[in-house]
Amino acid sequence: MNAALPLPPSVARSLEEVRCLADLEPGDRAVVHAVDPSCALGRRLIDLGFRPGTPVRVLRRAPLGDPTSYALRGTQLCLRRSEAEQIAVFRSPDE
Amino acid sequence: MSAAEGALRLGLLGAPNSGKTTLFNALTGLRARVANYPGVTVERREASVELGGRQTVIVDLPGTYSLEPLSPDEEVVNRVLEGELDAAPDALVVVADACSLERSLPFVAQVLERGRPTCLVLTMTDELQARGGSLDLPRLERALGIPVLGVVGHRGRGLDSLEALLGRPESWSRPSVPAPRDPLERSAWADSIFASVVGQRPGAHGLTRSIDRVVLHPLWGSLLFAAVMVTFFQLIFAWANPAMDVIDGAVGAAASAVQAALPAGPAADFLAEGLIAGVGAVIIFLPQILLLFGLLYLLEDVGYMARAAFVVDRLMGRVGLEGRAFVALLSSYACAVPGIMATRTIPSPRDRLATILVAPLMTCSARLPVYALLIGAFVPPTAVWGPLGLQGLVLLGLYLLGGVSALIAAGVLKRTLLAGTGPPFYLELPSYRVPTAKLWLGQVWGSAWAFLRRAGTIILAASAVLWLLLHFPASEPPAGASPAEARRHALEHSFAGSAGRAIEPVIAPLGFDWKIGVGLLASLAAREVIVATLAQIYAATDEEASLREAVRADVHPETGEPVFDPPTVAALLVFFVFALQCLSTLAVMVRETGGWRWPAFAFGYLLTLAWGASFVTHRAVAALL
Repeated sequence: MNAALPLPPSVARSLEEVRCLADLEPGDRAVVHAVDPSCALGRRLIDLGFRPGTPVRVLRRAPLGDPTSYALRGTQLCLRRSEAEQIAVFRSPDE
Repeated sequence: MSAAEGALRLGLLGAPNSGKTTLFNALTGLRARVANYPGVTVERREASVELGGRQTVIVDLPGTYSLEPLSPDEEVVNRVLEGELDAAPDALVVVADACSLERSLPFVAQVLERGRPTCLVLTMTDELQARGGSLDLPRLERALGIPVLGVVGHRGRGLDSLEALLGRPESWSRPSVPAPRDPLERSAWADSIFASVVGQRPGAHGLTRSIDRVVLHPLWGSLLFAAVMVTFFQLIFAWANPAMDVIDGAVGAAASAVQAALPAGPAADFLAEGLIAGVGAVIIFLPQILLLFGLLYLLEDVGYMARAAFVVDRLMGRVGLEGRAFVALLSSYACAVPGIMATRTIPSPRDRLATILVAPLMTCSARLPVYALLIGAFVPPTAVWGPLGLQGLVLLGLYLLGGVSALIAAGVLKRTLLAGTGPPFYLELPSYRVPTAKLWLGQVWGSAWAFLRRAGTIILAASAVLWLLLHFPASEPPAGASPAEARRHALEHSFAGSAGRAIEPVIAPLGFDWKIGVGLLASLAAREVIVATLAQIYAATDEEASLREAVRADVHPETGEPVFDPPTVAALLVFFVFALQCLSTLAVMVRETGGWRWPAFAFGYLLTLAWGASFVTHRAVAALL
């Protein structure tokens, strides 16, 4: 509606940076934005610690390219691409 | 079911890798009784101990991250909590890794919803300290409203106060406010509690990070994986042999001693060749099982097995399995018995069942004597390329055929019979730890004992029955027969001999005559037995040169054509690639799947596959020549 109204720069940047966890590269940091709690897989991912607001770091991919390991909430967890695609994240700017 | 009427029942709940099983072992020693829950491939482990002067049954529930089941199999935990599979636990003990308490709190909330007396045990508090983390446990106790205790399970630290606590669940405090039910509210609840009790978040485990840089490196990690898998294979294929030879020799000596001590006759023969050899058929597997599980649990306790699954997951994912199935299948290349037992590390029961059902297709070492006899007798030793001969190539082809068929069969099973959305794939990579000898010994011994008790009894009984079928009814050999001819005569007129003739119409399309039929029936005990049986049928004086000559020279009585013509030999080789002729494998399947249904299915589908493939091979080779 108010397309003319400029968004604050920080919000604009974070919106640009919403993507799914599977698309991040090793070394990237992100914060979980949303996981669909209405599907069983989403709820399980939430139970595994992928709750909105959780900081996640992409550690490394397996030698064959999948799965990928992530560091979050004091644990190292590996997800296949199909599971990581269910997690929307804000990519944190590179430090 | 329970050891004592009126005993207190405690259920241990927690995520895989939370230290739950370590704690269970520390509390119960080696007293655990392992069985399957009725009708599901999920293991039930419980032990009866005295805690604070009170008889207590501790039940180690399957590891889970959530009480919201995603598959019927995950419902087992819920069904146990509701008392559907067993007497419901009187009180619940949630076990969580102190370093990942943050992740575990929503699970605590789910358990609290059940309204049972609950306490929280935080394990690996030493690692939390080492990683610079700190938690305010008294404050956590107040926030949750339940008792909280920190322990170091594998070092036994904190166990005394834990035992005292566990013995009196009536006195445990209960939460005054119920935990939220909605998943997102629950996580907000967990976050606020965690924020109020955390002094310092644990840093990354420095050593783990450094080790992982090598162990999960694309090149070094893959090489290490290959080296570990070759070691597994060698353990079972080669390094177990000296011990197996000793057992073989000892069993043979015991049998001879019995035959020498007792008056000659069927009773002495049965005792020596039926029973003592049957006991030998059971304990012969112990070296392989001890070595395989010795290495498996060592690597599991150190933290490597999860990494191995991570490295190879993609490969196994193609056929619908997961990384953890790899070790089981590879071990089955040596012997399916330890291989099938190794499927216990696969958390998804559906994947585990698929792996169990295809494991017998991997070319086990018992097929080698059969292949050696047939290839040695019928495949010319021509050189094909450099040191590679035709005989070696045929052998390699048979090995590959087994492996490829197993993967295809797994893919088909996962798309048909075992289709459906299982739990999603996730794998936690635990921090590396120094394993403790006591825990490790307990795990290895537990596997060996489980095999002896459940599978061993079936193997022993079946070997005895098979011996009777091969030796009864007794018949008088013709006058003047040599001992070899007398043995042949006895076998020909036994129940097994008659059965071999009875199945001849079924196996004739494969080119097999009744003699091969008897061999196939006898090889139900173990595949390599067909060699000894054929030697007996052909009245061969030894199982090598003389038997090779005898099978080459054998002709059909009516047609004068050789019995073992190239199509028949090829069909027989292919039959051995597919058929599940191994009572020990069936017995271990009964134990691991908790019933006869799946072993019967495996036997049936592999027999059908074997017949079909042999038929096609027979026709194809006949057409080509």
